[in-house]
Amino acid sequence: MSTSEPHARFSSRLPSAENGHDARSRQAARVVNLRKEYHLGGNNIVHALRGVSLDFPEGDFVAIMGQSGSGKSTLLNLLGCLDRPTSGQYFLGGQDVSRLSDYELSRVRGRLLGFIFQSYNLIPQLTVVENIQAPLFYQGRVGGKETERCVRLATMVGLRERLDHRPFQLSGGQQQRVAIARALVNNPRVILADEPTGNLDSQTGEEIMRLLEALNESGRTIIMVTHELDIAQRAKRVVVMRDGLLEAAH
Amino acid sequence: MLKKILLTLRLGFFSLLLHKMRSSLAVLGIMIGVTAVIWLVALGEGVSQEAQRQIKDLGATNIIVKSVKPAAGSSADEGARFLPYGILREDYDRLLGNIPWIRQAVPMREISREFRHRARSHQGQLVGCTGEYLELNQLSLWDGRFINADDQKLLANYCVIAQSVAEQLFPTENPINQSLQIDSDFYQIIGITADRDPSAAIGGSLAGRDYNSDVYIPLETLRARIGDQVMTGRSNSMEGEIVELSQITIGVANIEQVDHAADIIRELLSRNHPNEDYAVIVPKELLRQAENMRMMFNALLILIAGISLLVGGIGIMNIMLATVTERTREIGIRRALGATRADIIQQFLVESVVLTGIGGALGVAVGFFCKPATNSIRKFLNTFFPDSMASVPASIQNLEPQVAYWSVAVAFGISVGVGLLFGLYPARRAAMMDPIEALRHE
Ligand SMILES: Nc1ncnc2c1ncn2[C@@H]1O[C@H](COP(=O)(O)OP(=O)(O)OP(=O)(O)O)[C@@H](O)[C@H]1O
Ligand SMILES: [Mg+2]
Repeated sequence: MSTSEPHARFSSRLPSAENGHDARSRQAARVVNLRKEYHLGGNNIVHALRGVSLDFPEGDFVAIMGQSGSGKSTLLNLLGCLDRPTSGQYFLGGQDVSRLSDYELSRVRGRLLGFIFQSYNLIPQLTVVENIQAPLFYQGRVGGKETERCVRLATMVGLRERLDHRPFQLSGGQQQRVAIARALVNNPRVILADEPTGNLDSQTGEEIMRLLEALNESGRTIIMVTHELDIAQRAKRVVVMRDGLLEAAH
Repeated sequence: MLKKILLTLRLGFFSLLLHKMRSSLAVLGIMIGVTAVIWLVALGEGVSQEAQRQIKDLGATNIIVKSVKPAAGSSADEGARFLPYGILREDYDRLLGNIPWIRQAVPMREISREFRHRARSHQGQLVGCTGEYLELNQLSLWDGRFINADDQKLLANYCVIAQSVAEQLFPTENPINQSLQIDSDFYQIIGITADRDPSAAIGGSLAGRDYNSDVYIPLETLRARIGDQVMTGRSNSMEGEIVELSQITIGVANIEQVDHAADIIRELLSRNHPNEDYAVIVPKELLRQAENMRMMFNALLILIAGISLLVGGIGIMNIMLATVTERTREIGIRRALGATRADIIQQFLVESVVLTGIGGALGVAVGFFCKPATNSIRKFLNTFFPDSMASVPASIQNLEPQVAYWSVAVAFGISVGVGLLFGLYPARRAAMMDPIEALRHE
């Protein structure tokens, strides 16, 4: 287990990587010609993704934008290993995860990915610390050391005083902070954020964005879906989707 | 690993606390089922242990031959005022002569009589018997001595009375050497037998043999003074019966000989008694029957209890399905955080097992209250329905439930099993959800 906390800086940050083993090792994630079709019965097929290729170097912070129905969520679900592509490849930490079984995908999610959702998605019956610890629980890491780490993360997101509170006792912004701490607890290769400020007022959204920026500066790879241009512009780069394809990279 | 299981248990427990009412009702369902198993088995065991004790008292190596009044109309002497029936003294000799390995054969004649001492009287059974009668019926002497062979020879006017009779007739004095009046004769009291529990009902009557209002006199004395001919019915009517012996209790040396001896006895008696005025009772066979009855009874009880646990299990399934639906989003979150399908199954199985386990534990706790509960129910019935309680057989009235430890283990095991079985489908349903759809669920 690496000791890298959000504040430990990565020594090198490379731009969009080429093919090859060398480059791949410095890539957090990479998708190649990713397609996703939904079969709706009969001959009715929805092409949600029509061949998306994208590299995510380590330390990247990318915002995905696009009209409703353009395939953002579909892409993010595939990146989050919650679903499998119809065709194409997805490399995560050097491993092709596009054909893994449900069990293996679960393990990959638990070890390599962190999720931040628009509606926070904390588990209501657990306390702040327990929520942060949940991903470790499924890796069988339930010792006192792990709890300490969770307390440290809670402190980092400014919830030191609220360790034993339950989600319904927290404001939206505080809940999202817990979610961010939870997304960091397993030291993931990639953090996926689906409209992380979508449910927050602009001031609280601003605080969350500052937190994400700080994480990125300390070396975390973040992929974020958003509808808001000013939020997207806080990322290092923006990709826009249209009709299941990438339109342009800024 | 252990810690993980403990945490899952804790989590399950807290998740159940989210819906206290619902969870309590499910727990109640299982608790009732488990209590039902334990109580029913305890009552069944109590009944059958009492029955077995009574039968064992009759002696497993004994065969009892009893006179039975034939059904009306079957007698050749119909219309006769004095109906002769039952075992004869010559039957006794025949049995002894034909079955050489008989260890002992104890004849007995009993009549219902009134016993008097001065102004006091007591209604009971007058038993004409030999000295072996005492040991054969596991009676013990409380005071004095029992009838012996000399008393028979001398046709002595001696009697031995049961403790209850003694207390009734001699509340303040020592009865020994006092006189007891039966009909117009006086007998000298030479001994007192200690009271004992009734033995099993035999020969078709429901009530067990009660030894506590007996008076014993030598068989030969009874024959000489009272005779075979006995009035029945009201005092002045000239109706009655002629019976030589009421019962012969035959003992063989070991239990393997019982069946063969019983066959011979039945064969011998059937030749001379075409109108079936006797019964052959074999306690060993009764014991076997009682054992079969007990097993059938237990099977039936387990079936009933199984049904109540099934109903409880359906309640559990119902609640777990509601829980799974309600917590669809939580399931999605957990899947996103790395929970495998097996993890989800485990989580919900643990929850349903916690539910049924708590129900089972409470059921076991209540199960142990079977004895006091039975006692207070009995007290209640005796207070408010004394008449109907009086007609209930003594074996039920004195019922002492026996909580069987195997039933506690089985009931608790089944309750946990019900949790696993009925939790499995909801848990699988939770695990098979598509994580994306689960996350989108409101
Ligand atoms: N489970 C599904 N079954 C069928 N079609 C689907 C499914 N999920 C998505 N789609 C379709 O795929 C296309 C892309 O959907 P997606 O949810 O990725 O869009 P989006 O860019 O996230 O839109 P929004 O901004 O509204 O969230 C849409 O046409 C949608 O109807
Ligand atoms: Mg979307």
